[in-house]
Amino acid sequence: MAERRLLPQDDDQGSLLSRLGTDSPKPRVKFGGMFCNIEGAFENKTLNFESYSPTSARRNPRGRVDDQRDNFSDTSSMSDFSSVSQTAPCRMQPTPSCSSQGQTLVYPTGPGRAAQNGRRESDKLIIKGGKIVNDDQSFYADIYIEDGTIKQIGENLIVPTGVKTVDAYGHIVIPGGIDVNTCLQAPHLGMTPADDFYHGTRAALAGGTTMIIDHVVPEPGSSLLAAYDQWRDTADKRSCCDYSLHIDITRWHDGLFEELESLVKDKGVNSFLIYMAYKDQYQSSDTQIYEMFSAMRELGAIAQVHAENGDIIEEEQKKLLDLGITGPEGHVLSHPEEVETEAVYRAITIAKQANCPLYITKVMSKPAADVIAKARKKGMVIYGEPIAAGLGTDGSHYWSKNWAKAAAFVMSPPLSPDTSTPDYLSSLLSCGDLQVTASAHCTFTTAQKAVGKDNFTFIPEGTNGIEERMSIVWDKAVATGKMDENDFVAVTSTNAAKIFNLYPRKGRIAVGSDADIVIWNTKETKIFSAKSHNLTVEVNIFEGMECRGFPVVVISQGRIILEDGNLNVTEGSGRFIPRKAYPDFVYKRIKARGRMADARGVPRGNYDGPVHDVISMTKSVPATPTTRGPSCPGKTPVGPARNLHQSGFTLSGTQMDDHIPRRTAQRIVAPPGGHSNIASLS
Amino acid sequence: MSDYRRQWNREDELPVYLAKPISTGPNQRHKSHGMFSSVEGAYDSKTIDFDQYSVGRKGNRSSRSSSRERIVDGDFEAYEISGGTISSPEPHPFTECEAETVQKALLSVVSERLLIKGGRVVNDDQSLYADVYVEDGIIKQVGENLIVPGGVKVIEANGCMVIPGGIDVNTCLHKPYLGTPPVDDFYQGTKAALAGGTTMIIDHVTPQPGDSLLEAFEKWQEAADKKSCCDYSLHVDIPHWHEGVKEELEQLVQEKGINSFQVFMAYKGLFQMPDSQLYEAFSFLKELGAVVLVHAENGDLIAQEQSKILGMGITGPEGHPLSRPEELEAEAVFRTVTLGNRVNCPVYITKVMSKSAADTVANARKKGSVVFGEPITASLATDGSHYWSKNWAKAAAYVTSPPLSPDPTTPDHLHSLLACGDLQVVGSGHCAYSTSQKAIGKDNFTLIPEGTNGVEERMGFVWDKAVAMGKMDENQFVAVTSTNAAKIFNLYPRKGRIAVGSDADIVIWDSDKIKTITAKAQQSALEYNIFEGMECRGGPAYVVSQGRIVFEEGKLQVQQGTGRFISRKPFPDIAYQRIKYRNKVMSKQGVSRGMYDGPVYDVPVTPKYITPAPSAKTSPTTHQPPPIRNLHQSNFSLSGAQIDDNIPRRSGHRIVAPPGGRSNITSLG
Repeated sequence: MAERRLLPQDDDQGSLLSRLGTDSPKPRVKFGGMFCNIEGAFENKTLNFESYSPTSARRNPRGRVDDQRDNFSDTSSMSDFSSVSQTAPCRMQPTPSCSSQGQTLVYPTGPGRAAQNGRRESDKLIIKGGKIVNDDQSFYADIYIEDGTIKQIGENLIVPTGVKTVDAYGHIVIPGGIDVNTCLQAPHLGMTPADDFYHGTRAALAGGTTMIIDHVVPEPGSSLLAAYDQWRDTADKRSCCDYSLHIDITRWHDGLFEELESLVKDKGVNSFLIYMAYKDQYQSSDTQIYEMFSAMRELGAIAQVHAENGDIIEEEQKKLLDLGITGPEGHVLSHPEEVETEAVYRAITIAKQANCPLYITKVMSKPAADVIAKARKKGMVIYGEPIAAGLGTDGSHYWSKNWAKAAAFVMSPPLSPDTSTPDYLSSLLSCGDLQVTASAHCTFTTAQKAVGKDNFTFIPEGTNGIEERMSIVWDKAVATGKMDENDFVAVTSTNAAKIFNLYPRKGRIAVGSDADIVIWNTKETKIFSAKSHNLTVEVNIFEGMECRGFPVVVISQGRIILEDGNLNVTEGSGRFIPRKAYPDFVYKRIKARGRMADARGVPRGNYDGPVHDVISMTKSVPATPTTRGPSCPGKTPVGPARNLHQSGFTLSGTQMDDHIPRRTAQRIVAPPGGHSNIASLS
Repeated sequence: MSDYRRQWNREDELPVYLAKPISTGPNQRHKSHGMFSSVEGAYDSKTIDFDQYSVGRKGNRSSRSSSRERIVDGDFEAYEISGGTISSPEPHPFTECEAETVQKALLSVVSERLLIKGGRVVNDDQSLYADVYVEDGIIKQVGENLIVPGGVKVIEANGCMVIPGGIDVNTCLHKPYLGTPPVDDFYQGTKAALAGGTTMIIDHVTPQPGDSLLEAFEKWQEAADKKSCCDYSLHVDIPHWHEGVKEELEQLVQEKGINSFQVFMAYKGLFQMPDSQLYEAFSFLKELGAVVLVHAENGDLIAQEQSKILGMGITGPEGHPLSRPEELEAEAVFRTVTLGNRVNCPVYITKVMSKSAADTVANARKKGSVVFGEPITASLATDGSHYWSKNWAKAAAYVTSPPLSPDPTTPDHLHSLLACGDLQVVGSGHCAYSTSQKAIGKDNFTLIPEGTNGVEERMGFVWDKAVAMGKMDENQFVAVTSTNAAKIFNLYPRKGRIAVGSDADIVIWDSDKIKTITAKAQQSALEYNIFEGMECRGGPAYVVSQGRIVFEEGKLQVQQGTGRFISRKPFPDIAYQRIKYRNKVMSKQGVSRGMYDGPVYDVPVTPKYITPAPSAKTSPTTHQPPPIRNLHQSNFSLSGAQIDDNIPRRSGHRIVAPPGGRSNITSLG
């Protein structure tokens, strides 16, 4: 205890000292350019072929097979750890069949010992001496973990013998990060990302992220359910950490409502991404967006929006190509900040009309972030997600003379060329105007990026960041004094868990929560480099950046994944975490507003005055304002049996005025004189 | 006027989302009577259209003391001077020269030579005490102790303000709805304009999709030439964007003297343009040097809301504002500004009706966008609570798009922004449909023809609510009611200023006059007035148009067909100077780098994804082969020779010598 009392001082001193010098701008690249002189970049990569040689399992000495892959209720059925050492090799047997993907880590190099070690770690752990940091408070306590769940928190815990002790003295103990935006499988122009579920989640764990939510991107027009099954299949085989899935709606039509319903109700998906960009590919019109929002509100899902005005982008792209600008700088020139801002504004307007919660993915520019902040001030239920790249670097690199470097930064919306953007975004993140950090990790090798070497519109979009995310947030926001450690936990995991209905299973250190825990070193620094990162790509957009704060121990599902710089992941151990609809954090307000916002007509007598005789009603067909009404093909009120807009959206039982259809956000009050009794309305 | 507003809860502090606009009951606005039932004499003083054809019976009209017949295009047409007392015949304006020689002999002293004595001349930049001498429809001298010929009619201004006549930049006097014209045509409308102190209007030419813009323009010009009582000009609305429009636009700008075109973001399936078309339209109009007017509302969402509200069984006029909440207006304004910035093109938002839309304009201006905002009489003087009136006809009378905001603090807010320069121009949006026309939509609010009155009340309400309340001064008053409009639409300094050489469109403004607005006394042919019963301080004592007194001591003496078409040149300085410089600065340059010679991933031959776009926003024009004339590569230079140099300057365009004395340029006519 005495030791521990001393620690806060150490801690404070350390962090105080650590702040010194962080104000001065650091040279971004310490040793040389990005590509030319990182000699060893390929050396310690886990390339696919490498895993076939058994000796290379050096990096993964404790390969294990997770025995609860399909077990969502994680706390049960784990009473068999005594027999594990015998059963583990048997369970390993099926796994080489999954290694057809080219990856395997379960070659029996000393299987008994490895399994024993693994088993002991995974089952019972005590973390001693750390400061536990949740989003609401910090306190000193020990944590006892059993069966992948946090069983006890407190001091002087009574634990069984043979428990592995993890020493966290001098560090903070935080819930594992949740990265809510990754694309580890979504193909782009026919190319699959270089980092798949295995490499991506491995890098995530190395960076202190213990759960990801990946985007399912179906081909436009194809079935969402089929795409979901495909993603599930791959991720179950390959993922090293728990995961969940967003579904992107790449083309909306009325028939999709059934699929959404089944995804929400049976498949555990509660968030869908809508595109306002990628014209003629994924882009949806305002009408469609409105319909999707209405559908999602009805289902209790969260609408995510990729907010950029695709129409303007296309025009600008044409213009720039005409001007002869074909390099990566054309990407940022054709995706100006305003176009992002405009789309964010529009998305908010539509969401307000549909009374639907809104989540803006990838907030990349200052004005876009401002629009979100303002909308929140007006009471909108809206969340904004800056990403690691937006917080850690800026868009000046698009003008790099090195094509490959410039292309590495290509993503949509692009990084803002305004160099004050990262600071600004981290400020808004600190004050709560933005809520969640993600990575939007979607990596392509330089060779893949080079598909667009003569035309920037063909460069596959995406940057890395899954591994660097937590460190960047710590370095840019906590180490600079913008936010405290509790806020750090909130923006890296808790808020995401609340918004996507994972809380308190994820995003909190509490008894009963999943044992996804990170022990975070707040004092030392680490340098990002393509040479040392855990990705397959040879490029790291944060090359040479020095970041304070990194994970020293990562525990996922109750097992130690990272310790002493050694990463031990198990391919396929990631579980799919289903998420329920109507997350409280998001929908409580929406529900209340849905109840409040009834519209009623004004009861008045029939107008019995003269009516102008319309002669040319039939003649001037194009002029007839009835065409102002729904002319969208999917919108004819007669067609579908189920009309979303006429459905009641009652969230709570029967209402007094159930016979009157509702509408959101406007309320018409009877005049002070009381209702007149004219019953002829409607 | 100000007292009823006090009854409202001040809800503007609440977040917009939470504020319930209609949380209190509709106020009792009407001091004297209801709007419709009790205005008995509303029809009495109207000049109805067919009246003019009955030449022989015009003696019936009691108020007229003199009348004469005039030859226009070989037709005998009656014009009337209602309530006038002028005894001498009036001259014909100079536009029609065939009659000029005849009329020289008959020239009235009154109309030709006029001295306004003892007034305070108020321009947008300064006020000074001076006399104004007018001859031949032009201001010849401004100063004290002027030496004028004898026999000049003298108006004693007695210290009243002498201001440039108002310019109403937004009227629809000839816009048919389902084939029926509005009840206020060019004659009725301009008559009402003059009675309110407005001496020039700019009307909207509204062709239907598929119509030729040129033909529509000619139709409007013909109607206006016959009927208009004051000078006018025309905006042309672009109902549908396609390649063929470009030629017509070019012709309109370069030959017809039109420099402003309206595009629509609302009216889905009718006029609405998707963003890519708007982008193209903006780019093209910028090349022509035109001002882009935008009707800013999100038509997609309106269509959704309309069907939803009709589905709920709400068919009355309250469905109109419910289906067009102000967020949709603000969103569209925001989008317009974004497009304007991307194209680097000046944009002009017609009918700014809500606080949030006005704020969007103001914010954009703070960031440097070249954007202008125009609130209209209705949004400045009343609010949208009337849509919930129990009286269908009254509620329907307020239907206009964008709708009046139900937020009762809106007029105040708009006046404040107007006073500080964030909004620039006051229009009226005057488009008058009678109650029976409005009743076409009695069972479906989407069929109610849109438009409110306001051309006559416009100047009065700006004075009453902004100047008399101390929000703006008299110079700003002149700026927002005429000078700014003249500058934006390139009429300045011919219009919008009292200076030597300017047109003699002058108003002597009586700031103490108090008038109660009523349909009974109005000039408009409407049987209602949306401002019924409101009191308004300030009004014109005299109105001089084209050098002739048309309004004097409450009596209007107008002459049908005297209005001239005022052509406007492209590239107005106030809008385009900044654009010009930005164009030079904002050129984009690529990075010159060596060829990338690394490995290139082999893309499996998935053909480039070309789908029939699901988006309703797909423009058919975007897939067309590139036109020969590539806008983006043109250099857009304003200096040097212009394409229209070979065209002689229009006679209607006069260049006034600057105060620093006449420059020696001799080429100007």
